[in-house]
Amino acid sequence: MKCSECGEREATIHETVIINGKSIEKHLCEDCAAKAGLGGQGHLPMHELVATFVKSVAGSEGAGAALTCSVCGLTYARFKQTGLLGCASCYRTFEEKLGPLIERAHEGATHHVGKIPRGALERSRQGGPDRLETLLGSSKEREERLSALRRQLASAVAAEHYEQAASLRDEIRKLDELERGGA
Amino acid sequence: MVGPVEGSGSSGPSYFSATEWLRGEGRSADVVMSSRVRLARNLAAHRFVPQADRQQRAQVLALCRRAIERVGPMMWVDVHNAPEYERQLLVERQLMSRQHARGKLAGGIGGPEEPRGLAVGLPDERLAIMVNEEDHLRVQVIRSGLALGEALAAADSVDDALERALEYAFSPRFGYLTACPTNVGTGARFSVMLHLPGLKLLSEIDKVRRAAEDMSLAVRGFFGEGSEAVGDLFQISNQTTLGKTEQVLLHEMESEIIPRVIDYERHARRVLVEKRKATSTDRVYRALGTLQNARLMSTEEAMELLSLVRLGVLTQLLPAADIKKINALFLFVQQAHLQHQSGKELTQHERRTARATLLRERLADVG
Repeated sequence: MKCSECGEREATIHETVIINGKSIEKHLCEDCAAKAGLGGQGHLPMHELVATFVKSVAGSEGAGAALTCSVCGLTYARFKQTGLLGCASCYRTFEEKLGPLIERAHEGATHHVGKIPRGALERSRQGGPDRLETLLGSSKEREERLSALRRQLASAVAAEHYEQAASLRDEIRKLDELERGGA
Repeated sequence: MVGPVEGSGSSGPSYFSATEWLRGEGRSADVVMSSRVRLARNLAAHRFVPQADRQQRAQVLALCRRAIERVGPMMWVDVHNAPEYERQLLVERQLMSRQHARGKLAGGIGGPEEPRGLAVGLPDERLAIMVNEEDHLRVQVIRSGLALGEALAAADSVDDALERALEYAFSPRFGYLTACPTNVGTGARFSVMLHLPGLKLLSEIDKVRRAAEDMSLAVRGFFGEGSEAVGDLFQISNQTTLGKTEQVLLHEMESEIIPRVIDYERHARRVLVEKRKATSTDRVYRALGTLQNARLMSTEEAMELLSLVRLGVLTQLLPAADIKKINALFLFVQQAHLQHQSGKELTQHERRTARATLLRERLADVG
């Protein structure tokens, strides 16, 4: 089989990735696979997936294409080519556009739950409630996170996934404690 | 060159021995080769790798190296200065990605000269930290067998130790911020490498794909050689990293999906032994016979045959043999390891000869 990218060399790398129930097959030669960052150590063709997502969510051009991150200088147009962001501030600069993209890539999830940098958390405790907001968000966001976790907990209990339920309960307790300790 | 971190008193890995992912120990080691947890992290006040120039990358590299040296005895490799064969050895040992070896990111960003590093935990090679791959830090912990919980706990404590010296890019909404938005949230990727020769022989790999699909997990061949995974080694990993805690992600993999796949594979092996005994016995003996007698051998053929021999030993269709020795051969037949063994660079033809010789020698007493 010839490489589906260059059509010249023999395809030696065949990958099937399943995303949201859709399987995508790729048949590439070594060189094209390398270019796509494919092959080897289980590195996913994430950038390509992102590029596809970006195109389908944001359209091929649109008003945001000229948007530029003031901290690192990355343009949204460039992000659309590579699927890679330039710095932490890009997430704020492009938040409106990234939101739906991220939601789609993560099966509808909109907010982080789970580990919070422990060192930063320690420092926030010493610095008072302002710092807590930088790690956990506004009180509205914090409330949303807790209700998302409670929903997950309810479905874990309903499905009799008790281990999972226990870890969710721990997570809720941890956040509750932070609210009390940080307020 | 590869060398120990100064003052750590440790030496580099022995490329003559197998590494963690081939140890063949731990829970469900008949099916699960290894479990891996990878955390993606970036520094708050620095440009992410794709948007950083060489000087900025060098600065991040130095900062991260200093933080890593506090973690424990590690071997440090300046990947941009390491010779090609050394990089390939590290890739074959699953200690870094091919992308990191090449230094190229998506969209052609970067190149082999770009400052980047690798730290390897010694002596067991369970911990590896890539610096300036797609993210500033990629912390990887591998454990033999099904042990995602242990791997996560170890990765978590390394992460905490690093964070004492470094400030991470983190947002309340998106969690740990990563260069690619598909990794945000926990930044945690859980992968399990499975040896599924039974399902493969019964053409039931699709069963695994469907089971994984239900939970939007990815299934792929371990060595990138495709859906027809070479050596019947498959890897299952989570695709989503946002909106679920690490514990929930871990639980979904380790308690729900992976046990199902293990059951499928064990069932397939029983079917092969009970209902297709003559054919199966013939296949595993033919595989062993070829490995013990061939004079020229490609990597792909070697891995396919080794897979059958491993199956034969585990199902007792073949006489008892040291499974660790067979596991280790999956690594030693790879190009860079083969060359290391020979002590020189080899042409393709020479490699095929050397590979066949190695296999004949190592498997002489099996069967």
